[in-house]
Amino acid sequence: MDLFTEGDPIADTRAPDGPIETRWERRRFEAKLVNPANRRKMTVIVVGTGLAGGSAAATLAEQGYRVRSYCYQDSPRRAHSIAAQGGINAAKNYRNDGDSVHRLFYDTVKGGDFRSRESNVHRLAEVSVNIIDQCVAQGVPFAREYGGLLDTRSFGGAQVQRTFYARGQTGQQLLLGAYQALERQIGLGNVEMNARHEMLELIVVDGKARGIVVRDMVTGEITTEFADAVVLASGGYGNVFYLSTNAKGCNVTATWRAHRKGAYFANPCYTQIHPTCIPVSGDHQSKLTLMSESLRNDGRVWVPKAKDDDRAPRDIAEDERDYYLERIYPSFGNLVPRDIASRAAKNVCDEGRGVGPTKLGVYLDFADAIGRLGRKAIEAKYGNLFEMYERITGEDPYEVPMRIYPAVHYTMGGLWVDYDLQSTIPGLFVIGEANFSDHGANRLGASALMQGLADGYFVLPNTVANYLAAGPLEKVDATHPAAVEARRDVEDRIQRLLAVDGDRTVDSFHRELGQIMWEHCGMERSEAGLRKAIDEIRALRDQFWQRVRVPGNGEGLNQSLEKAGRVADFFELAELMCIDALHREESCGGHFRAEHQTPEGEAQRDDDRFAYVAAWEFTATGEPSVLHKEDLNFEYVHPTQRSYK
Amino acid sequence: MNLTLRIWRQSGPQDKGRMVKYQVDDVSPDMSFLEMLDVLNERLILAGEEPVAFDHDCREGICGMCGLMINGDAHGPQRGTTACQLHMRQFSDGDTIDIEPWRARAFPVIKDLVVNRNAFDTIIAAGGYVTAPTGSAPEAHSVPVAKADADAAFESAACIGCGACVAACPNGSGMLFTAAKVTQLSLLPQGQPERYTRVIGMVDAHDEAGFGGCTNAGECTAVCPKGIPLTTIGRLNRDYLAATTRHADTPGT
Repeated sequence: MDLFTEGDPIADTRAPDGPIETRWERRRFEAKLVNPANRRKMTVIVVGTGLAGGSAAATLAEQGYRVRSYCYQDSPRRAHSIAAQGGINAAKNYRNDGDSVHRLFYDTVKGGDFRSRESNVHRLAEVSVNIIDQCVAQGVPFAREYGGLLDTRSFGGAQVQRTFYARGQTGQQLLLGAYQALERQIGLGNVEMNARHEMLELIVVDGKARGIVVRDMVTGEITTEFADAVVLASGGYGNVFYLSTNAKGCNVTATWRAHRKGAYFANPCYTQIHPTCIPVSGDHQSKLTLMSESLRNDGRVWVPKAKDDDRAPRDIAEDERDYYLERIYPSFGNLVPRDIASRAAKNVCDEGRGVGPTKLGVYLDFADAIGRLGRKAIEAKYGNLFEMYERITGEDPYEVPMRIYPAVHYTMGGLWVDYDLQSTIPGLFVIGEANFSDHGANRLGASALMQGLADGYFVLPNTVANYLAAGPLEKVDATHPAAVEARRDVEDRIQRLLAVDGDRTVDSFHRELGQIMWEHCGMERSEAGLRKAIDEIRALRDQFWQRVRVPGNGEGLNQSLEKAGRVADFFELAELMCIDALHREESCGGHFRAEHQTPEGEAQRDDDRFAYVAAWEFTATGEPSVLHKEDLNFEYVHPTQRSYK
Repeated sequence: MNLTLRIWRQSGPQDKGRMVKYQVDDVSPDMSFLEMLDVLNERLILAGEEPVAFDHDCREGICGMCGLMINGDAHGPQRGTTACQLHMRQFSDGDTIDIEPWRARAFPVIKDLVVNRNAFDTIIAAGGYVTAPTGSAPEAHSVPVAKADADAAFESAACIGCGACVAACPNGSGMLFTAAKVTQLSLLPQGQPERYTRVIGMVDAHDEAGFGGCTNAGECTAVCPKGIPLTTIGRLNRDYLAATTRHADTPGT
């Protein structure tokens, strides 16, 4: 059986034409508006309360819509955006170092290895400056200079200093800003907050997204919830690899359920492996911890020149060390983009020059920076990160170089959306990491926070109004056949999971799935490996449905049941990721196919065949998906072989 | 190493609850505390028993979701460390470890080690924000902020809302949590217009949610994984006093 079939190309992304710097303004002007009196009669469901979902829910409520917000955590403040460390990009050019909206746009398109949509990325760069203003007004305590103005620093893939930060907790501070704006609206009665609720199905009525099925994770009660539009801000799917820097609860269920109901899933194989994470220490490992990319501003990456050199790092003389990023990429040095830094680390470890007990690690050394700037300065910049490293590893990075290794961190793929961030299901909008929109095949550091807040504060509130203005829609309630069916599907699935009563835990399956994905769909992929992975995933999925053991029942708090539902969806996604990776016979950004590399081992794109977004349509369980191509046209940034040398 | 755990088991809010003893062997010192609980849960599931319910998410000490009383200490023995970042090298072979949920009137137990902390959200909703609707913000550099104020605001803003302060307090007070937000926003120029209405709103919400009063015991700051200082409560008290006296009849001044 073929793995997929090909359908019609996607002809229209609804992006306005004309000069790129006028498109967003035109879109906003042409968008229909909803009269303030009518907004009160309209309800928007927002799933997820991270930077995208939290900011969207708060902003929609400020504008007068009724908002119902859902998150699986016990509070909206805990969404995983909170863990973002390094910073947020914005084209403020406060440094007078040549930055501009156009340069941020250019860097992002190039950083994404020419696999993103120019119109969307330009809009992102435009609103980046408003985000900083907004966050400062909310009281976000960004780092400042002695003169009282905002400090910025460098990040990978850029030669200007455009990254705003709040020590190593930028995500936390930005999220708390959005959370506080959201709580204000909750207090005013404009947002109905439903924490510890998980979306398990999308309700589609007459072709339009009209609601969701949710499970109250405390009582186990399953209800149907209705709205005029549904916004998914449910994050990425990195946990398909089991080990990742994502929070344990991060999952694909909301977007996968929407995919099964008709929303196309775009570029699922584009995953970001972050170069600076703490290496795996043993089989018990439940998650991986990121060390912010900002560390590469002052830390130097190296391995011994010789293979199997087991000496302590300080015993290895300067001329016996290979500062391989500085050697291979002299102009960007330690600040090459993430995909390049990760693959370089893999290559030196594959050569047998890795360090640490598992030999899967490289040094990130601060000795030079401490010598140059003093320990105090390094403490002020990275103190909390150094402490975290020491808590986890038991080693003091002021004395001994850090050991780092790449880990799954972010997923550029996600539900396909048009320029308005609307999926292929009318009324279903997708924002933040959950969509595929702005990062192409590789996301630059400090751009996820920018995109989440751009979507939530500034883009979606404008574009969703245009959709709602066509209303009002007919009332729908729990007795509608589509709602009854969606609810029954959820209940049946839960009963099926509970009924297996097998002999393996959910986590054991999840770990095994993760190993398959890391091995064959991780930093390097090949046709043979991907075909093998697809077979293994299918076999393991069958085993899962025959042998999983989910204790307890569906009534009340049951964390095993929650995990089982998420892992079941990861199995289906994993297969599509491998198919997408297999069909894309080129290397680009985070997608590196062993068969497609330059003589120097860099990613070799094939623009003639693959300069498109791969948008996958679900057909039926076990049936081949349909591939729809959205051609990418580059009018402003001419695709070149990316060079950071 | 081999450990004996005594864990609080409570099937739901109505259950009385009890400590139950478990033996966990072959624990690696490189495991995190929660990974050690994962190992126990895997075993319980395969033995046909209910796994222990506990809250956790990011497992890197920033989301604030985990919270365990470990041998009577909120988040366990290591200072400045959440339960998820605590590693087993802090314990010794043969140890007996007591694991209990946060215990406070404002944090009712849902199941086992999981409690309801919605009261914290209610306090924030009562004033823990700056009113700045999207789109209304002035240019970021139009108001400089002295670096010392920005840094001090950041120190308070580092609160992760885990609730350890409440669990450690003999009165079950949420004053350190409340004061951290009040301090952050009252140090910044952006927070001034609502400074006095904020502190009254938040303190009232705190009291209504069933938290106890602060008697300066200082247990809160000792267990706080982010080191929020007790001086924030002093600042809250000053603002509260000012709000209820000087500013009582002249809102906004």
